[in-house]
Amino acid sequence: MRTWAIVRRILMQFKRDKRSLALMIVAPLFVLTLLWLVLDSEELTPDIALVDTPAPFALAVEEQDANVKEMTLEDAHDQLAENELDALISWEEQTPRVVLEGSDPSANSAVLRILREAGAQLSEGKQLNPDVEFLHGSNDFNLFDNVGPVLVGFFVFFFVFIVGGVSFLRERTQGTLERLLSTPLKRGEIVTGYLIGFGIFTIVQSVIIAAYSIFALDMFMSGSFFYVLLVTFLLALAALSLGTLLSSYAKNEFQMIQFIPLVIVPQVFFSGIFNLETMEPWLRAIGKVMPLTYGAEALRDIMIRGQGFESFQLQIYVLGGFTVLFALLNMFALKRHRRL
Amino acid sequence: MNRMIATSRVSHQFGTEHVLQDIDLTIDEGEIFGLLGPSGAGKTTLVKIIVGILRPSSGTVDVQGIRMPSLQQMHHIGFMAQSDALYNELSAKENLDFFASVYGLKKGQRKDSIRSVLDVVNLTEHMNKPVETFSGGMKRRLSLAAALLHKPALLILDEPTVGIDPVLRESIWKELRRLQKAGTTIIVTTHVMDEAEKCDRLALLRDGFVIASGSPGELKQGINAGSMEQVFLYYGGEQS
Repeated sequence: MRTWAIVRRILMQFKRDKRSLALMIVAPLFVLTLLWLVLDSEELTPDIALVDTPAPFALAVEEQDANVKEMTLEDAHDQLAENELDALISWEEQTPRVVLEGSDPSANSAVLRILREAGAQLSEGKQLNPDVEFLHGSNDFNLFDNVGPVLVGFFVFFFVFIVGGVSFLRERTQGTLERLLSTPLKRGEIVTGYLIGFGIFTIVQSVIIAAYSIFALDMFMSGSFFYVLLVTFLLALAALSLGTLLSSYAKNEFQMIQFIPLVIVPQVFFSGIFNLETMEPWLRAIGKVMPLTYGAEALRDIMIRGQGFESFQLQIYVLGGFTVLFALLNMFALKRHRRL
Repeated sequence: MNRMIATSRVSHQFGTEHVLQDIDLTIDEGEIFGLLGPSGAGKTTLVKIIVGILRPSSGTVDVQGIRMPSLQQMHHIGFMAQSDALYNELSAKENLDFFASVYGLKKGQRKDSIRSVLDVVNLTEHMNKPVETFSGGMKRRLSLAAALLHKPALLILDEPTVGIDPVLRESIWKELRRLQKAGTTIIVTTHVMDEAEKCDRLALLRDGFVIASGSPGELKQGINAGSMEQVFLYYGGEQS
């Protein structure tokens, strides 16, 4: 089949263009690592003030990895307000009462971890059930684990969109598209060739990015690795078909880059990194037309909630649907270059 | 002689701009037919319509009696575009291999035809170099080679000798003559007057109209001109 001619050519071009290859594999790994370094600071030693806590409890806390100070309630509140402390622990009716500074998710999680461990040490496994309050309300403790699945999906989507879109665009600007359209190749064969050629490559890319995030960066993962690959692969195909489609409406590489703030950035906003529950329902519906929303949702179901196929099959079908839709639209858009 | 191409009242417009107006041409099998005209005359649009990339706004084009555009007929047409449509990061051989497989040539056939076209354009010793290291002339030759791979009955060349030195131009024309002897019909667009003299027959294009056609000798004789340049000025002047 003639489609395979295109598939083979794309793979050969990848082999030659080491830089694009690196962009699609190394760049996501690099950025994920940076984010991990920034967000996942488990080593953080929180500053905790203890106010009139029972001696055994204070001892237990001091044994943990924390800077502990005893002070009066007033001083502690002042310092907490000035962000010199991460938490204040006082004692009320047999239970600790915790006020978290709250603006730094990694400090929050560190304090809560310390409380948990101190509690376990004190009561030999029994939960302490602390009464937790936030000075600057937020209960998003482990940011990296929480947004990790979205980030994996996003980077796959982003880089496939750019590289796929630009290489299809170059096909036009260097005249080879017209050349191909002077041959008996059908428009559908060109689009399918691109999907398969890049598809093969994105499988490799997905394996590397997912494996690195989960095993090297220790991203929270409670589901099946295979499902993660399935979703990132489908997300990559959607990105590729969208990128090649939009490249028809760009005159050059620079105009392709201009699609990033229009097409990519809004998808991030609606992908679940930010909590949208307080948003007007009709505004929230915007996210429903974005592939990344479905990919990110499925990845969270798998990685965070450890759910099985039934819970995210809808997202899988929708992603597949996006790919088919964009590919068909692209075949139609190619009509501008050859009517047949 | 059999008819290779017949166009009938072909007109084309991009938006409101009329690029071609009522083009009636017939080209016989085995001819080298020249389309001569300044840039913007509509030469490229006309050849794209004949190739089947564009569908004319009105009028018809038949190649070997089959109405264009036709995917089936594209098997018998070789097209060399104005720009060198090549993949720069791939080697000459890989480019040719790709285009050969696009035409559905089997592996053995591909190998043979790649070897023979590389020989024709004299690039055999450079076949494993990436195209980005090629000079302009080498790219032009490789583009020509890519158009010959499937041994088309009709070869359409859009400005094949632009930016090519006289020696190379001579060798390309020699090759075109050889292909003609083998029975290939060739259409060449050009804006170089002395090149037009080498064609069997010509059509002079200006502002989308055919202002004159015939063999170079006929055209010159008709107005007692000594060169194609004068012919063009004569007819072109009348038009404006």
